[in-house]
Order: sequence, then C-alpha cells, then structure tokens
Amino acid sequence: MRWYIPYGNPTYFLWLGLALIPLMIGLLYGHRFRGYQTLISLLFLVLTFGGPNWKTGISLIGYLIYQVLLVAAYSHYRQPKGSANRGWVFVLAVILAIVPLVIVKITPAVEGGRQSIIGFLGISYITFKVVQTIMETRDGMIKTFHPVLFGQFLLFFPTISSGPIDRYRRFLADYQKVPEQAAYLDMVQKGVRYIFQGFVYKFILAYFFGSILMPQIEMQAILAHGLSWSIVGYMYVYSMDLFFDFAGYSLFAVGISYLMGIKTPMNFNQPFKSKNIKDFWNRWHMTLSFWFRDYIFMRLVFFCMKHKIFKSRTTTANVCYVINMLIMGFWHGETWFYITYGLYHGFAMVINDAWLRFKKKHQAVIPHNKLTEALAIFITFNVVCFSFLIFSGFLNTLFFAPKPF
Amino acid sequence: MDDVKSKVLGILKDLTGEDFSDNLDENLYDSALLDSMGTVQLLLELQDQLGVSAPVSEFDRNEWNTPAKIIAKVEDAQ
Repeated sequence: MRWYIPYGNPTYFLWLGLALIPLMIGLLYGHRFRGYQTLISLLFLVLTFGGPNWKTGISLIGYLIYQVLLVAAYSHYRQPKGSANRGWVFVLAVILAIVPLVIVKITPAVEGGRQSIIGFLGISYITFKVVQTIMETRDGMIKTFHPVLFGQFLLFFPTISSGPIDRYRRFLADYQKVPEQAAYLDMVQKGVRYIFQGFVYKFILAYFFGSILMPQIEMQAILAHGLSWSIVGYMYVYSMDLFFDFAGYSLFAVGISYLMGIKTPMNFNQPFKSKNIKDFWNRWHMTLSFWFRDYIFMRLVFFCMKHKIFKSRTTTANVCYVINMLIMGFWHGETWFYITYGLYHGFAMVINDAWLRFKKKHQAVIPHNKLTEALAIFITFNVVCFSFLIFSGFLNTLFFAPKPF
Repeated sequence: MDDVKSKVLGILKDLTGEDFSDNLDENLYDSALLDSMGTVQLLLELQDQLGVSAPVSEFDRNEWNTPAKIIAKVEDAQ
C-alpha cells in the first residue's frame, strides 16, 4: 500500500478517478450515494493520514472530536429560541476553537523548529471552518447543528489539505441536493477543464519555475554574498512558482468538488492583472482573504464604529486593515518574515486607500487612460512580488540564518 | 413602504455620494461604490434609522448588491 499527499502524483489521480465514477453516475441520474461518498472520503483520508503519517491521523481524529463537541456545546447554548447571547461565551468558544491551531503554530517557534504532536496537514483550514461556523451560529444564521453534516463539511476530502475554504451553509445546500442533469453535466465539464488547467499549472509551469529555475537562481543569489540582481530574479521566479503551484492545487480541489456535485468556491482570479492592492486581495487566495474580510475585518469595523472607538472613518479603516493583515501574518507562522509580510500588506492597504481618496479629490487633474492603468498593474505586480520575497523567507536564509560554511 | 425606499436611498447617497433613484439596479460592488467599510456603515445605518438589525454574516454580497435588493431586504425584515 502507498500513501499520498493530495494531488501529489499521477497515481493519486488514477485512484481518485476510479473512486469517483460510481458517485458521478449516481449524480447524473439524480442520486447522491451518501454512504458511498462517505466511504471514499474515508479511504482518501486514510491514504493521506495513514501509514507513516498515522500519528497525524490520530491528531486529526482527536481534533475532530474536540471541535464537534465544542460547536455542539455552543449551538446548544445559542440555538434554542430566546436563548442567551453573551459576548464572553462567544469569545470563549472562539478562543477554544483556535487553541489547537495556536499551539501548533507556536510550538516550532519556541522549540527550535520541532513540530507539535497535535498538528496534522490542513489544521489551519479546518480551523477556519470551525470558527466561521461558531460566528454564524452566534449571528443566528446557522439554526441547527447536525454533528454528521458538520463532520462532512470539516472533512470534505478534496479541500482538506489547503482549502479553498468553503462556507457551511453554502456547502450544506450543495451536499443536500442533487443538481439537475444539465447543470451537473455543465459542472462535470468545468470540473474536467479545471483539473487539466491544474495539470498545466502545477506539473508544467510550477515545475519549470520551482524545480528548474529556482535552484539555479537561488545558488547565484547565495554565491553573490549580499545584495545582487539575483535576488530580484529570485523574487519573480518565487512569485510565479507560488502562484502556479497554489493555483494549480486549488484548481484540482475545485475541479474534483465539481465532479462530486459541490461548487467549492474559486481561489484565484488572474491576480497578476490587479490594478491595486485591494483589487489584488479580491483575486488572490480569495477564499482566505474573503474569510478575513467577513469574519475579522468587517466585524472589527462593526465593533469599532458601533462603540465609536475612533473618530474618523479613515482611522477606523486603517487600524482595522493593519490588524486584519497582521493576524493573517501570524496565521502563516510565527517567524519575522510572515509577520512582516502581514504588516506590509496592512500598510499597503492603508496607502492604497489614501491614494484612492487623493485621486477622487483631484479627479479633474489626474489622468486616467490605458497607460496609467498599465502603470498601476506594473506597480501592483511589483509591490506584490516584493511581499512574496519577504514571505519566502529567502532574505532570512541569505542574511540572518547561520552560515553552513 | 415609500418611506423605507427614500431612507435607504438617503443612506446610500450619504455613503457613496450618488443618487440611485433612477438606478435601482446598479451593482454597488461591481462599480466599486461600496466596499467592506461602506457595507458595515450601511448595516449600522439600517440599524439606527430603520431598526433593521442584520448581522454581518447575514450579508451575502450577491443578495445585497443593488439598491433595489437592499430595499427589498429591509422591507422583508420589518
């Protein structure tokens, strides 16, 4: 028996294709074979979390039981008609939901890189799903709790390792119905196209940038000892690799979901043609940035405005941008380069907003044409690539890590 | 009912600087007139002026993206 990281190699796709055929035939004729779907989901989870990774499998099971009990308890508290809605109970529930993730993120930082024993592949992504469920339960939008359906949502195997991050109500609506035949055929067609596009992205383009170009340019930059044009080259190569690798993975996850009759949301929408940094976050890792927008930024703004914490709207927005992006930085990991990456994007949003206000005020004198748009795209692209250079940790390797010789 | 309409249009005018009386189906997000900040302000104003409390997670951008849809939502909620 072999063990696989999701979408890691061609054999994984072969098994996946075979396993999906009965489910697809069912969907085509108006049935969702729930039992069969659960069975293959478990099988593919075992392929990822079993064998040499069995310890992470145990962590996953423990984590799942913990979170299901937590959300069950909060739902029990909040869902009955006329139930209490105390702020501290909600805050406590959210804290308890993120405690395992916080431990997993902090352990390597304080124990010299050693990974926590409670970690497993995809823990951050499942945590997002748990937290949003608690928040929507508090808001009264999720009115019933069903442990098995909630488990299906958390463990939906095509997206388990790295998203895209779906929403509970949206997922459930898809899971509980069978699309019309014509609509399903259209989904299959799209799903197959996404998967093939994913092959091109991940196994050709990301391979070219990441496995062929990157090692060469990395070596050049290291041998240059200090600042060199190779670092600039590395910045672009890394950015391309990051995009094609992650967008390729996301296309697989969305494509497979579509074949299963679930419209998992898209993660990327041509991010490198963004005209400004806000536009960029509406196109890059969209399910993550929308998650931060809906569950952190907007709630923070709501709280600040309701309690009139800051006088002006601009200050409120700016403070919330920075906090929002800083939390995203911490989420990536407790290293100086992830946290700097978060702060950098927070301030980029602040500057972007200031520029947009300035532009609006001086509309009459600031030109707007194809050329200025091209310039905006060029500037945004470089601002973003520089942020990825920070994110890559390569500057850390070059300037701060202990030299091997 | 017309009261709701004029109040919603008034709130939108304050937020975006535009009068939507003749453009009830304008998509506020596509035209970038409304962003997350504006959305939150809209929710707070709806709460203050019309007594409609819509939590942030109620807010699905596809269901609240035009003045006409917002008016309908508010009328439903009242």
